[in-house]
Amino acid sequence: MTEQTGLSLIDRAALVTPPSLARRVHGLSERAIAWVFITPTMLLLLAINIFPLIWTIWLSFTNYRANRPNAPVLNVGLSNYQSILTDPDVWAAMTVTARFVFWTMLIQTVLGFTLAWLIDKKFRGHGLWTTLILLPMMLSPAVVGNFWTFLYQPQIGLFNYVVAAMTGVPPSSFQMLAQVPLAPWAIVIVDSWMWTPYVMLICLAGLRSIPDYIYEAAEVDRASPWRQFWSITLPMALPFIMLAVLFRGIENFKMFDMVNLLTGGGPGSTTEVASITLKREAFEKWRTGYSSAFAIILFVTVFGLANIYVKALNRVKSR
Amino acid sequence: MKVLRNFALTAAVAAGMALCASASARAEGKTITLCWAAWDPANALVELSKDFTAKTGVNMKFEFVPWPNFADRMLNELNSKGKLCDLMIGDSQWIGGAAENGQYVKLNDFFDKEGIKISDFMPATVLGYAEWPKGTPNYWALPAMGDANGWTYRKDWFSRPELKEEFKKKYGRDLDVPKTQMELKDIAEFFQNRVIDGKTVYGAAIFTERGSEGITMGVTNALYPFGFKYQNPAKPYDMQGFVNSDDAVKGLEFYKALYKCCTPPGYSNGYMQEGLDAFKSGQVALQMNWFAFFPGLYKDPNVGGDKIGFFVNPQQKEKGSQLGGQGISVVAYSPNRAEALAYIKWFAALDTQKKWWALGGYSCHKGVLNDPNFKNTAPFAADFLVAMDQVVDFWAEPSYAQLLLAMQKRVHDYVVADQGTAKGALDGLISDWTKVFKEDGKI
Repeated sequence: MTEQTGLSLIDRAALVTPPSLARRVHGLSERAIAWVFITPTMLLLLAINIFPLIWTIWLSFTNYRANRPNAPVLNVGLSNYQSILTDPDVWAAMTVTARFVFWTMLIQTVLGFTLAWLIDKKFRGHGLWTTLILLPMMLSPAVVGNFWTFLYQPQIGLFNYVVAAMTGVPPSSFQMLAQVPLAPWAIVIVDSWMWTPYVMLICLAGLRSIPDYIYEAAEVDRASPWRQFWSITLPMALPFIMLAVLFRGIENFKMFDMVNLLTGGGPGSTTEVASITLKREAFEKWRTGYSSAFAIILFVTVFGLANIYVKALNRVKSR
Repeated sequence: MKVLRNFALTAAVAAGMALCASASARAEGKTITLCWAAWDPANALVELSKDFTAKTGVNMKFEFVPWPNFADRMLNELNSKGKLCDLMIGDSQWIGGAAENGQYVKLNDFFDKEGIKISDFMPATVLGYAEWPKGTPNYWALPAMGDANGWTYRKDWFSRPELKEEFKKKYGRDLDVPKTQMELKDIAEFFQNRVIDGKTVYGAAIFTERGSEGITMGVTNALYPFGFKYQNPAKPYDMQGFVNSDDAVKGLEFYKALYKCCTPPGYSNGYMQEGLDAFKSGQVALQMNWFAFFPGLYKDPNVGGDKIGFFVNPQQKEKGSQLGGQGISVVAYSPNRAEALAYIKWFAALDTQKKWWALGGYSCHKGVLNDPNFKNTAPFAADFLVAMDQVVDFWAEPSYAQLLLAMQKRVHDYVVADQGTAKGALDGLISDWTKVFKEDGKI
């Protein structure tokens, strides 16, 4: 394997192609056969990933509108980028997104890790509990969005009745999706309900990867459970926790479906995350050039943040 | 020579007949697709179109999309030059964009050739659904489905003696159909949180939806009667003092007050379907909605018949109702243009229009609407005529979507999310609209 690391992707593919197969295709070298196998995938990637990206970058410097095919397409330089970065509505949407990402990450990490830690104790029926906890994650976001819209319904919604039973306030006295202070939390609750199990699953993998002998050695040294948690469990599970945060962070930065179904960005613009703004610009206002620039800005932001984060993750792992 | 001439004539007639037969045979095998929103009138159109197939042999296919996704789906189709739809019953606001971008076929020559008189249709519907630029004789659609915003009310609740008595005592007038917007609010307030037959009911279901066009289509029903104008009639696109006039500010404040005082709890994102649900489930005394739904509501086993009443959007300082409805257009990318035009010719005929109304569609044909018996054909027919006489439409510019979304945001922020003032919202709206018109080179 060490010898192969200096080889190109094509050469490596040629090496792993079974000789019998190579023999069957007369007149083709092993390298050519490797190309035959790889080309469809590369073409597909170019067509559905690379080409749209390059096309979007080009569009972001134009005034193109998809609903005006007859209008001349002019190069507007950086003016789309300038407009976006100075638009207060865009900054408001970015702020809403940042808050949403922060709170969902915090809640899901704390709850996910706690659940994983509890499930890891292997109590009686833990398999059943694990399955039940994982159920929300398996549902479609469209189903979850509609389902929670009913749960939040102030007159018949179960959520309001549960809160009423716990606090004594009348069920119709508060409206999770209609009140400005509550609507962002309504979305955070639903996202956490759906995706905490995912964080739990990754954390559980982390906890299960810690060898038992380390705990045994700690017990021999008479370390308290609290000490074991801070000195063994948390540091060794940290790369997994960070990975879960990375995955969920990227996903939630792009969050669209759930917000669209629950509030549509409302009330007013209270829950209008960046992806909703982008959708409105691109497919309702048809400002294709402008929205392409916005998409590139979002892409660069996520890509940049994710890269910084991965570097931090690698540092933690190498400790 | 005469024999020869007769022979030539006979041959020409035979050839002509053969050509016609072959064209007819070609048409007979064809199928055309009509695209519209998925709602009650669309079902009536399916029924009506069976006559067209019987007459021409052209089969009809329908592509109906639910209202919340209708504009997105169909405008995508038009913008991508899709061939899915041969005929499009598109919203009135699309006409400017569809005409300027060459997405609809201009119908003037066709109307002239086939003897279709646009003057046979109600002027407000021609202006709203067919003309671009507005007020010019350039027709891109045939008025297909007349519609306006109106109201339904619980006639059975209004006729309860104890409620009538209490209302009269409180407001000094009879509990009856409101004559003004302020009276409407009084009635909504009167019913809000009232217990009727052991159930808590609410005042009114109004349009508050944020995502598409809901709150704009609702708030304009308050703005128009209070005196809101889109622009200076003497100077197009001059909006200062018209969009944000004192009267317009009062109208917007009124709509917010109506939303705050008298809607069911959590009613912050309601449009047509939510209004229908609230009314049909007996939650509200009043419902704002499009006339298109009234035939279905009248037939409803729980709240229809004697229990339901209808009224036109009440006036305040002046009269005004938001225009709904659509015209039918031939999509420019259709490979079946001849058959699609044949459908329009058939649809424009008075007999077809009469049947259209009878089935539950809202004809715009004067021959139907001016019939002396028209007002007696349905309990909402007379109100429909009144409403269509006072309709005002939103901008129909090619940039209508940008103009609409700006209004959705400004109004929802103020009415539902409690941000800023009515004056601030309307000032902001002028600034948004000015930016759009400047980008379009209109100002």
